[in-house]
Amino acid sequence: MSAGSLRLGRYALNGAAALSLGFILMPLIFVTWLSFFRQEIPSFPPEGYSLQWFTAAANNKSFIDGFVLSLQVGIAATLIGLALGVPASLALVRHRIPLGPGISTLLLLPLVMPGIVLGTATYVFQIEVELATEIPVMGSLLGLIVAHTLVVIPWVVRLVTASLAGFDHSIEEAAQNLGAGPVTTFWRVTLPSIRPGIVAAALFGFVTSFGNLEMSLFLVGPGRTTLPIAILQYLEWKIDPTVAAASLIQIVLIGAAMIVTDRYVKLSRVV
Amino acid sequence: MARLSISHLKKTYGDFTAVDDVDITVADGEFLVLLGPSGCGKTTTLRMIAGFIPPSAGSITIGERDVTVLPPWKRHCGLVFQSYALFPHMTVAQNVAFGLEMHKVPQAERGPRVAEALRLVRLTGFDDRYPRQLSGGQQQRVALARALAMEPQVLLLDEPLSNLDAKLRLEVRVEIRELQRKLGLTTIMVTHDQEEALTMADRLVVMEKGQVRQIGTQRELYEKPADRFVAGFIGRSAFLDGEVTAPGRFRTAGGLDMACAAAAKPGPATLALRPERIAVGGEADGLPNRFTAKVEHASYLGALLDIQVSLDEHDRMLLQIPNRPGLPEPQPDESITIGWAEDAGLVYPRGA
Repeated sequence: MSAGSLRLGRYALNGAAALSLGFILMPLIFVTWLSFFRQEIPSFPPEGYSLQWFTAAANNKSFIDGFVLSLQVGIAATLIGLALGVPASLALVRHRIPLGPGISTLLLLPLVMPGIVLGTATYVFQIEVELATEIPVMGSLLGLIVAHTLVVIPWVVRLVTASLAGFDHSIEEAAQNLGAGPVTTFWRVTLPSIRPGIVAAALFGFVTSFGNLEMSLFLVGPGRTTLPIAILQYLEWKIDPTVAAASLIQIVLIGAAMIVTDRYVKLSRVV
Repeated sequence: MARLSISHLKKTYGDFTAVDDVDITVADGEFLVLLGPSGCGKTTTLRMIAGFIPPSAGSITIGERDVTVLPPWKRHCGLVFQSYALFPHMTVAQNVAFGLEMHKVPQAERGPRVAEALRLVRLTGFDDRYPRQLSGGQQQRVALARALAMEPQVLLLDEPLSNLDAKLRLEVRVEIRELQRKLGLTTIMVTHDQEEALTMADRLVVMEKGQVRQIGTQRELYEKPADRFVAGFIGRSAFLDGEVTAPGRFRTAGGLDMACAAAAKPGPATLALRPERIAVGGEADGLPNRFTAKVEHASYLGALLDIQVSLDEHDRMLLQIPNRPGLPEPQPDESITIGWAEDAGLVYPRGA
């Protein structure tokens, strides 16, 4: 291949990459722009700029309540997901478990299952449980957290399994040789070594739970709405840029979390 | 430090016997090397001592304590891993302090002991580095310091030099050996490198197929190998197949009659001869076994000449003669006279 056509190829590749990136970032750019528009009904060109929609978003009670609930559910689901997913990954990687590959696939399944399907299934299941046990699961905070744990687990299993793949088992033996029992070895040696995977799993698991709409729609109880649902409900009546402002706040928060995390754990290395 | 004894140690995996009835005693302060080809059971034996593999039968005693069923963290033996196995998320000082912390050494005492361990391996001032910031040789010394800091009853070394480059390996050999002697450490090292074993050990254990072939000093193994395997594994030997026809007489497969040690029992046997014990030319005069041999191949090795000869179409031998000024270099197809004393060769019964 000649130098000229090689250069041409590189231009084409860079062009395609820029186009794809632009396509992905387009909504982000428009949401950001829109949130600063002055007029109530979004139209182009903007009539002027203002920060009033940020004030509106920050003062909207259902947004605030939704944000707090989403935060609570996200944190709880992430912690439970880690508590279940980390031991599961360790067991799957370390031991030859009957049906191991099948179990791995099963644990990753909630990630590929359409949200509506997952939501319907969980909804029906929770109703059945409530009918059978008479425990009020349906519409409860616990029911919502359990369902969100389901979408956190695949991230934990995927990322922790990946960081265990290159793990040198002899450092655990070294710890035991130096006098550490199995529990101490796990906390002091195993866990810190797979920390990047766990941090990344926690972050992505949390973001997935925080942004989940489809499944939550089926499961929220009266007076209990997550932020995505609050935004959806708001959009049913109004289309002013308050929603864009609320979205931008979310994007900034999540972006900041990723940047801060990346300083301690190189996310690009584990994901 | 303490003495270590292993008795009737055995490990089987299904039908496969990895370690078969091994008996070894290591004296207090002794440096013992387990030597053998890969798959001979030496590493399995070491890992049973450290407690990572439960033995199928037999017992292991460290000092006065039977540790056979104790978990690794209660055995108090320091192990230096082949991969070093340093904790990547801890600094050098934290790595070395780990064992002290686990053994509940008071905080105030840890600092000085870490410093002392690092001084012993000449890594003073490296406390705050992370393992990834160190060279292979430095990592190896941290691993050694970490094992030594907790003052183990025995030190176990699992091929500790195999990941170092050739030049460094020679230095570290001497360093480990000096440290071991100075501290009087009861040490067991596993290696497949014969030269390493010979230069470092007080005594060696030669293993093959899970069994101990011979235990002895370098001299004992070289001068009096217990069997054909040891004779071929420690140093080099030329082997002549044949049979002992009468006490003190050996006949090769090619029909050559020669004198051998009188103790050998009549029957099929192999005669093993060390290449440097064979005299050439005028030096062979007056020796009981003298033959004319044809040179097949001669290699100039600097200090030595390595010569392959054939006595007839069945019997080939290997000689080594020191290089001296004015020595005529034997040429291929040249005929030379070689000879050896009757006790120069060792006779091993065959089919046993």
